[in-house]
Amino acid sequence: MKTLVYIHSDNGISKASLEAVTYAKKIGSEVIAVSGGSSSDLAKLGEYGASKVLVDRAVVNGDAQQITRMVAAAAESTGAEIIVFSHEITAKAVAPRLSVRLKAGLISGAIALPDLSNGFSCKVNVFSGKAFGNVTVKTDKKIISLLPNSLQPEVTGAACAVEEFNSNAGSAAIKVVETKKPEGNIPLPEAELVVSAGRGLKGPENWGIVEDLANALGAATACSRPVADIGWRPHHEHVGQTGVAIRPNLYIAAGISGAIQHLAGVNGSKVIVVINTDSEAPFFKAADYGVVGDVFEILPKLTEAVKKFHAAN
Amino acid sequence: MKILVCISKSPDTTSKIAFTDGNTKFDENGVQYIVNPYDEWYALVRALEIKEAQGGNVTIITVGNAADEAVIRKALAIGADDAVRIDADPTDAYFTAFQIAEYAKNNQFDLVLTGKETINYNGSQVGGMIAEAMDIPFISLATKLDINGSTLKLEQEILGGIQVVEVNAPAVVSCAKGMAEQRIPNMRGIMAARTKPLQVVAPVACDVMTAYTSYSLPEAKKACRMIDPNNMDELVNLLHTEAKVI
Ligand SMILES: Cc1cc2nc3c(=O)[nH]c(=O)nc-3n(C[C@H](O)[C@H](O)[C@H](O)COP(=O)(O)OP(=O)(O)OC[C@H]3O[C@@H](n4cnc5c(N)ncnc54)[C@H](O)[C@@H]3O)c2cc1C
Ligand SMILES: Nc1ncnc2c1ncn2[C@@H]1O[C@H](COP(=O)(O)O)[C@@H](O)[C@H]1O
Repeated sequence: MKTLVYIHSDNGISKASLEAVTYAKKIGSEVIAVSGGSSSDLAKLGEYGASKVLVDRAVVNGDAQQITRMVAAAAESTGAEIIVFSHEITAKAVAPRLSVRLKAGLISGAIALPDLSNGFSCKVNVFSGKAFGNVTVKTDKKIISLLPNSLQPEVTGAACAVEEFNSNAGSAAIKVVETKKPEGNIPLPEAELVVSAGRGLKGPENWGIVEDLANALGAATACSRPVADIGWRPHHEHVGQTGVAIRPNLYIAAGISGAIQHLAGVNGSKVIVVINTDSEAPFFKAADYGVVGDVFEILPKLTEAVKKFHAAN
Repeated sequence: MKILVCISKSPDTTSKIAFTDGNTKFDENGVQYIVNPYDEWYALVRALEIKEAQGGNVTIITVGNAADEAVIRKALAIGADDAVRIDADPTDAYFTAFQIAEYAKNNQFDLVLTGKETINYNGSQVGGMIAEAMDIPFISLATKLDINGSTLKLEQEILGGIQVVEVNAPAVVSCAKGMAEQRIPNMRGIMAARTKPLQVVAPVACDVMTAYTSYSLPEAKKACRMIDPNNMDELVNLLHTEAKVI
């Protein structure tokens, strides 16, 4: 089975993209990657299983319509039956468009390899992470958008060929006027370690102790909804049912009660640590490790312990 | 502006999630349905603000059966002018999007708004599919939308930041947090909603490409291990040796 994987490389190749190549390699006999942009790094996709990369240098910061046309052209020229995306921002706009264009059923947010025992189905999160569903695709061509952090990238080979590919993707209808990126931050959906805090922190001026722990760990920061609503923290940090859904390896929740809507976005985390003064806080039921205590004491102590650990290891 | 807002229903966020029929169907027993929060709080309210500022019309559309009219009336109570229900089960995202795109094409909207995603199936699929079926631009995960003549100026989430973009109407926009503030319907709105026009439209023939064939619940967590608040070294050590996450 030939598998095509779309790689968004305008801002470098993310770990999530490497996961998508590894995933494609586990499904298909031959993996071909397709990308727009000016990246000079694409050959390394071969190490993760791609046999070649098609790159359309005319599609730089392309809009969803252009990228859809490019991937559709690559699907046609390679005859790929399965098209894999990493379920990130670009894919959320492109994969549904491509599904309509190619009449290929879309599995959105897959968390496991497809099951071929009874047709073609794949496990996804439903009900904001409160349950799993199996989606069966009935069409010949299939599109899978893989949730980041569902498997680890694996090096299986060596650098591969990068071929120029003219997909006639047309021009962009959407004009980018400005890009605002906070410097140095780890994007939340990709982070493997996350330190999150809630109303228990009492005010935005107290976030220093949260950031100190995040910096010591190399973690991203997140928050509960009320904290973003009152404006203590930026909206993009809000996790939960109506915020970002994340599944890091480690989620540390400080001063967060653990409301069902909050848990919905974070209970895919592999390990959860909860710090709360209230031993009855519902979050402890979802936690692996719990500390009953005051965040203003515990967070600095934990930061020191992490620093000590890193110094010794 | 003539604006079409796509509304879906979702179980109240505190609903117990369970399945029946050998884990093939969502157990609706005792479940309260609400308007999907993204559709209500952000897409619908921003549409109403645009209408209030510059005139126009806000139509809501849902693909669903007669039982979904309670949810439609709620959206009308918040202030939409009229409603359309495509009388069919929203079998999959493609079927849903195809129905909405057909209606939108025949009724010439300047703007189609959806929520970022439904909180039950979380596909983030329907908006992009509508746009492709109509062959118009799709701006996903928008956190801000302003209109100047026929030009839309938007902010949208990108990985680790925000991007400011411009595009000409017509377009499809999926709405995320930041777009507007939640509005609570008042008594007058609720009364008025009862008599606002709700048109029921038969679905058009369309393929179904995917289906949910079964569901499962996550395994129960084992009991939480409590750590002495005076011994954070132990916690770090456990995270390293036992949990293997640092
Ligand atoms: C439709 C809907 C959608 C929602 N979506 C989301 C969502 O996506 N994400 C989300 O987070 N919420 C969401 N909510 C809100 C959710 O129900 C809770 O209100 C919210 O998560 C509570 O935030 P919190 O835990 O920060 O605050 P609180 O509930 O006020 O909890 C604060 C916690 O801090 C503890 N605390 C206080 N002081 C200290 C201290 N010094 N040291 C240690 N601990 C301390 C307290 O014991 C308490 O447990 C949603 C609600 C609704 C109705
Ligand atoms: N049955 C439906 N009827 C009308 N609009 C819908 C329906 N299902 C989804 N939508 C819209 O599409 C958006 C994205 O849904 P989804 O692709 O399921 O995450 C929702 O926020 C709604 O605005």
